[in-house]
Amino acid sequence: MKRLLATALLLILAGLTWAALAPLAPANRDELFEIPKGTWARRMAGDKVEILPERIHLTLGANDVLLLRNLDEVPQVFGPALIMPGQSFRLPFEVASSYSFACTAHASGQMSVIVAPHPARGWETLNWRLRAWIKQLS
Amino acid sequence: MMRRLLVSLFALLLTTPLLAATPRLKAGVFEPPHAAPEFSLQGSDGAELKLGRYRGKLVLLVFGFTHCTEVCPITLGTLVQARQALGKAGEAVQVVYVTVDPERDDAAQLKRYLAAYDASFIGATGKPEALAAVRASYGVVANKLATKGGYAVDHSSSVYLIDRSGRLRGMMPYGHGPKDYVHDLQLLLSL
Repeated sequence: MKRLLATALLLILAGLTWAALAPLAPANRDELFEIPKGTWARRMAGDKVEILPERIHLTLGANDVLLLRNLDEVPQVFGPALIMPGQSFRLPFEVASSYSFACTAHASGQMSVIVAPHPARGWETLNWRLRAWIKQLS
Repeated sequence: MMRRLLVSLFALLLTTPLLAATPRLKAGVFEPPHAAPEFSLQGSDGAELKLGRYRGKLVLLVFGFTHCTEVCPITLGTLVQARQALGKAGEAVQVVYVTVDPERDDAAQLKRYLAAYDASFIGATGKPEALAAVRASYGVVANKLATKGGYAVDHSSSVYLIDRSGRLRGMMPYGHGPKDYVHDLQLLLSL
């Protein structure tokens, strides 16, 4: 029993060490937002549809590409771009900063993208991974 | 057991960076690219200005106004530097500057203003409703704001990248330097 507990503890420790030290370099760095089919019709019917948050948080080297996809049947102003039906708009970020875009999809007329620097190895990387896992589970 | 665990951990540390994404345009990219919305306006050279006139060239489409004190001078200055950095290849790049302030920006005013940056840049003006239709087709926003001395126009500040076949390829947000433009223009010229 003791041996089993020790092994489990060791595995958890190894997992946390990996999560803290392994570089964040995911194969897919897209942060995807989609306009579902029928959104325009819902809006026309008076339904207040909010798909894109007014503030989006990205992290360099982890999820630093904003990917907006229009699955609806009409062109849509989605964030900073007019996107045709079936079209995507992929916007990469390379500098940590706060970006403001004109966006008619929001009542404020603005959309902000806050790009955080690449997390340092250790606690910052571990923290980022844990938050990402929690987000995936929820 | 311990040794196997350490070997796996080491292998993971070594291979993870190899999964990084391949390089792309620095600008935002439209996928798949569609034909850039065509328009017919008055050019700063006095002739009718249509995008089709520049088929075979890369077009950088900018929206702004000649009384702009913040965004436009930086954007146009950046485009001048990028075009110069491209050398001979820069001749295949055409900057088209569409005014959002037709009240003050007639063809002559646009010509004078753009000549201070690069004589090859061309301006476009027209009736307010025609310009509003062009803005709507690109998702560009422009709002007139009262100032102490008169008015200014708060406008979208991105630059649209249109390839040699007339397809809208990308949109470069404000703030990118000449190097990023050179990177993307070279990529688009090589297509």
